[in-house]
Amino acid sequence: MTQQTPNPAHIEYVTRIGDNALILGQRMSEWCGHAPVLEEDMALANMSLDLIGQARMLLTHAGKLEGKGRDEDQLAFLRIEMHYRNLTLCELPNADFGRTMVRNFLFASFQVLLWERLLASSDTELAAIAAKSLKEARYHAQHAGDWVVRLGDGTAESHERTQAALDYLWPYTAEFFAANPTDEAIAAAAIGPAWSELEAAWEAAVVPVLNEATLTVPARTPFKSYGKFGRHSEHLGHLLSEMQYLQRTYPGAQW
Amino acid sequence: MYTQALDIPQQSADKGPRVVENPEYQAEFDARIDAGGYIEAKDWMPEAYRKTLIRQISQHAHSEIVGMLPEGNWITRAPTLKRKAILLAKVQDEGGHGLYLYAAAETLGVSRDELLEALHSGRAKYSSIFNYPTLTWADIGVIGWLVDGAAIMNQIPLCKCSYGPYARAMVRICKEESFHQRQGYDLLLAMMKGTEEQREMVQDAVNRWWWPSIMMFGPHDKDSVHSGQSARWGIKRISNDDLRQKFVDATVEQAKVLGVTMPDPELKWNAERGHHDFGAIDWDEFWNVVNGHGQGNVDRLAARVKAWEDGAWVREAALEHERKRAAREHQAA
Ligand SMILES: [Fe+2]
Ligand SMILES: [Fe+2]
Ligand SMILES: [Fe+2]
Repeated sequence: MTQQTPNPAHIEYVTRIGDNALILGQRMSEWCGHAPVLEEDMALANMSLDLIGQARMLLTHAGKLEGKGRDEDQLAFLRIEMHYRNLTLCELPNADFGRTMVRNFLFASFQVLLWERLLASSDTELAAIAAKSLKEARYHAQHAGDWVVRLGDGTAESHERTQAALDYLWPYTAEFFAANPTDEAIAAAAIGPAWSELEAAWEAAVVPVLNEATLTVPARTPFKSYGKFGRHSEHLGHLLSEMQYLQRTYPGAQW
Repeated sequence: MYTQALDIPQQSADKGPRVVENPEYQAEFDARIDAGGYIEAKDWMPEAYRKTLIRQISQHAHSEIVGMLPEGNWITRAPTLKRKAILLAKVQDEGGHGLYLYAAAETLGVSRDELLEALHSGRAKYSSIFNYPTLTWADIGVIGWLVDGAAIMNQIPLCKCSYGPYARAMVRICKEESFHQRQGYDLLLAMMKGTEEQREMVQDAVNRWWWPSIMMFGPHDKDSVHSGQSARWGIKRISNDDLRQKFVDATVEQAKVLGVTMPDPELKWNAERGHHDFGAIDWDEFWNVVNGHGQGNVDRLAARVKAWEDGAWVREAALEHERKRAAREHQAA
């Protein structure tokens, strides 16, 4: 897509998708070496790598759209908190393996639908990233969905923990679909879907798995979160202070 | 790898003999070893050979997974996305090495759970090198360069060791370890081209990791407990001191290119020997760490035990789910 003047909605939209991958990838990497079995250490590291890879492509692309010469690392490490555009769900602490799997399932199921639609994006770079990332997201959703079923329909303890995880995370999923002017502009330019369009398909994808896991799908409440608009939870600041540490401490150093 | 602890007497964790001693089989086994052939899982083998292999392979496997911790300490703080991805992939590889090695050990009639129990209870050893802390980002580079580098020196001979499943696992592992070493060295080259502080971090990390790295080859040959028997069995083909010398000679040249100095005033080329001489190794330090008094021993083991215990409900749930699923299938049939 050739573009003379930067389109703020376009930059914003690509940055959101990139930040989701960046922040969840960072969270998932915290598991490395601490998972319940070695196979899951490997799987979580692998999925974290997929997300970091997506983030690199997307932030590089966002930097180019912006045209101020910022590369993936300047965007990943040197923005202030309110300039991150990830969904709040992605920045929440991992807590136990159950919450990690429920989060991955809710998020990856969303990502699958988004990537599917972005295959046809008028932004050919974004479409190419979608083609590569869709396979990864499908695997993440499958992996996490299998665990949600095992844990939900496992022991009494695992059921209780998984239900608690779902109750905790579910309210944050409303943010996925909150309408906003950026989405409208993006949909109008055929760059991608307004995320609100994905809600029905997302519910159709996740609810049957949650049912199979014998979990109760929580009712919607008035709770709202605003991470994708730059207003985050308290957790993001801590994540960033750790992630940004070297770049902030040694300005301009090459690594 | 990390068979340093192979040379340390310890109680074997595995259970009683599976194999009856038999002179005829023994002769066949000896002949195969002498001819440089491979022993496979289904072949007869002396009980002592089996036990030694279980100890060596499981120590190596434990080292791979405990080794994920010191490097994992820097994943969330990696300075660029590229370096973060490289480090994550590396630590993931180490987990993979653990998996191949546990699988190789399982061919000898022990389960991974039994081996992990031995690790968690403190009965089984892992390489002492991972009891040292990773204090700066430069440690990640130095571990790749020196620790993976020493591991490769130790491991290449094992690719031809007499036990087939172990030898084959080692071939895969060695390929990845040399990749890790190059990446570690590349990280250090980048830092040495950087600021004064970055160079200081690199030199400091070299100062801390050099001696522990050359201790990875284990005690001097004259003090080594198991080496004689292991050499006869074809599971240790080159002596500790020879491997250590080879490592020192190779590393000194790399240090020059990098622009760092090793913390050993006695390290210098000896034209007569055709090798580098180096100072006396502090074996008290080595044994102290082996025997549990290193800075990281308690924390590393506690981290592994915590991961295992925190994950118990997950493993139980997976088993219970499988049981329910099988029961439902049975009912439907
Ligand atoms: Fe290793
Ligand atoms: Fe390894
Ligand atoms: Fe390695």
